[in-house]
Amino acid sequence: MRSLVGTRQLVRFVLRRERLRLAIWVAALTVTPVGTASAFIGLYPSEVDRERLAATVGSNPALVSFLGPIYDSNVGALTAWRVGTIGSLLIGLMAVLTVIRNTREEEETGRRELLGSTVLGRHASLTAALVVASGAGLAAGGLIAMGMMGVGLPASGAIAFGVGFAAAALVFAAAAGVAAQLTEGAGAARGIAIGFVGFSFLLRVAGDGGEASGIGWLSWLSPIGWFTRLRPFASERWPVLLLFAGLALALGFVSYRLSSRRDVAAGVIPPRPGPATAAAWLRSPLALGWRLNRPSLFGWSIGLAVIGMVYGSVADGIGDMLDESPQLAQIFEQLGGAGGITDAFFATAMGIIALIATAYAIRSVLRLRVEEESLRAEPVLATATPRLRWVRSHLIYAVVGPVVMLAIAGAVAGVTYGAITGDVAGQARKVIGAALIQLPAVWVVVGVAMAIFGVLPRLTSVSWGVLVTCLLLGQLGQILQFPQWSLNLSPFSHIPRLPSADINLVPLLVLTAIALFLTALGMRGFQRRDVMS
Amino acid sequence: MDNIISANGLTKNFGRTVALDGLDLEVARGEVHGFLGPNGAGKTTTIRILLGLIRADGGTARLFGGDPWSDATELHRRLAYVPGDVTLWSNLTGGEVIDLLGRLRGGLNLAKKDQLLQRFDLDPTKKGRTYSKGNRQKVALVAALAADVELLILDEPTAGLDPLMEAEFRRCIEEDRLSGRTVLLASHILAEVEALCDRISIVRAGRIVESGTLADLRHLTRTTISAEIDRDASGLNGLPGVHNLVTRDHKVDLEVDSDQIGDVLSKVAALGVRSLISQPPTLEELFMRHYREDVPR
Repeated sequence: MRSLVGTRQLVRFVLRRERLRLAIWVAALTVTPVGTASAFIGLYPSEVDRERLAATVGSNPALVSFLGPIYDSNVGALTAWRVGTIGSLLIGLMAVLTVIRNTREEEETGRRELLGSTVLGRHASLTAALVVASGAGLAAGGLIAMGMMGVGLPASGAIAFGVGFAAAALVFAAAAGVAAQLTEGAGAARGIAIGFVGFSFLLRVAGDGGEASGIGWLSWLSPIGWFTRLRPFASERWPVLLLFAGLALALGFVSYRLSSRRDVAAGVIPPRPGPATAAAWLRSPLALGWRLNRPSLFGWSIGLAVIGMVYGSVADGIGDMLDESPQLAQIFEQLGGAGGITDAFFATAMGIIALIATAYAIRSVLRLRVEEESLRAEPVLATATPRLRWVRSHLIYAVVGPVVMLAIAGAVAGVTYGAITGDVAGQARKVIGAALIQLPAVWVVVGVAMAIFGVLPRLTSVSWGVLVTCLLLGQLGQILQFPQWSLNLSPFSHIPRLPSADINLVPLLVLTAIALFLTALGMRGFQRRDVMS
Repeated sequence: MDNIISANGLTKNFGRTVALDGLDLEVARGEVHGFLGPNGAGKTTTIRILLGLIRADGGTARLFGGDPWSDATELHRRLAYVPGDVTLWSNLTGGEVIDLLGRLRGGLNLAKKDQLLQRFDLDPTKKGRTYSKGNRQKVALVAALAADVELLILDEPTAGLDPLMEAEFRRCIEEDRLSGRTVLLASHILAEVEALCDRISIVRAGRIVESGTLADLRHLTRTTISAEIDRDASGLNGLPGVHNLVTRDHKVDLEVDSDQIGDVLSKVAALGVRSLISQPPTLEELFMRHYREDVPR
């Protein structure tokens, strides 16, 4: 136990650093499901209403693929279905970010060394990060369980629901613990761990979407799939918790083994020496931006291509489900034919891909602030580099990056689906269109982030809040019957739902104009303000 | 006079903190100018204004006769800068950073770069995050010193360097002086400034409290004299320019204003000197004097 000396103090220290961030996370994670449950109670008071809802959405294969199967039509089960997947994604994100920030990032910045020279065991820092991240998960789970009971739902379901959240946090925290041992850079470690969370989501999407094609077992490989299969409020299957426990313990074991074999600040994957001189093309701010943004652009593009492929292959299974149910086929016939449901599926899928591409874009804008804050912008701006040229060298990734990603994801999804149905060219064109039409909305968020960076630089990270707001409005707004004006706040709500809808140029042009205006505002602001850390 | 840098009455506030409070600074072409002051006195703020990274609230600053804020890009072609806090991009090697910064400035003397890499014993193939503080500093130094520019602005450039490298740095600056380069050297290391600088400005709480050549500044200060003498020393009491006289048996300690030193020494000599130690004022005393006393603001 010598290796754990000082963990208690470190836990307090980590809590002190993270208290505001974690409080916001836990509050958001609690309010979302509890609010959804109470909204369901208000909006669908009678059993008949809920059964009708469950029958409609539960038979919509696109929704089943994104959100998982519906197991019962009571309020609890509907809530668990609606927010279970997105909730476990978000709590996973919270766990990953907390663990990496307090392990690998501390090592990369050298702050870990300052602490390591005091009386501190070898594993204390990893343990403290895992304890805090899991603790936050447990707190959220506990509050969710109490909240669900508070709105009058059965205790056993509420507990299963809360425990499921906590278990997801535990598993993803342990996964981040492993990722933190692998690389020297915190960015790469974060990428690996978030990739694991995303991969879990995709396995579930593929499994639940491909139930008819016999790949339903994929969901059983995913912690997010386990959460669904815990079946809160629908005769809970408690043994599923053993899967969470087993994986968390295994990942925890691996992370401690790796941690005891490596030096502080070193990774398991050793760094290699690089070139002694800069390549001939590395001679402009733009080239530096390319060098800095290249790894993440490739990583995110590959990730979105994989998501696109999953969506493309799932889309065909959705058509199959309709074949099995003539009544359903009839319903969708009225909505625009059997093609209507795949079109709707692709519209939703590309909307989700657009949100992910927006996350990349925000990250690219925020990189300006990171460069400024870390004082790396200063030596560049002290050369013959005009300020706006430096801004553009990063902003271009926020503007063009999503174009590339949406085009790739749309192409891969369309080609995959087209290859199955025998219409590659036609489907690819349709789905790429559905993807690219999202761009004006993405750019509006980029504009907001840029305006904040230029005018109120210390608040730049508020941009993430803009994305989360768009996400929640888009995901929950309609089913919880938010007022229309609030739904309209999200730029994504104005995007025509291609491929089935008609292209309406007016909202696209207005959104692009807003994006341009906000970006110009931010650039002007940056040109007039002090460079500050 | 041909001033490369001239600042007049610069003021800058950060919130309620007063960083600069009417700072004046003149740096002539071809001189190595020491910009001396403790942490937080306003050195870095002044430099950041000169580089156009921040804008002064009041006063004027000229760099090569231009406005450092609005003409920043053009002016930056003629200078190189070493920040006090060097952070590098974690996935770029030191060599890449040196080349890139040089090219962004408009060119790099490659022969000089290779020579400097050797002199500073720097491995350019390592990635940014694997360098120690001293090595990060060296990356920034090599990038700046290898540039063919008229002006070097160095903000505590030897922080983190070992004594061997510090000596190498001094040799480099000596060479630059000979080649006619202008250097603004912000530092709190007195020995370094004393060894390198033609002129010195001492900054305190956002103002220059003293400026001139080391000889000028010494002139304003006192030389310490300790002597053993044969006769009674009470006659020295009250002589113009004599301060803090202490006599004990045959020993006498006193401080004398630099401009009275000849008169006082001949009086001391007349008392029958057996041994004599005289110490010129060090920069340190000069510095400490300014920081001990309350300078009215």
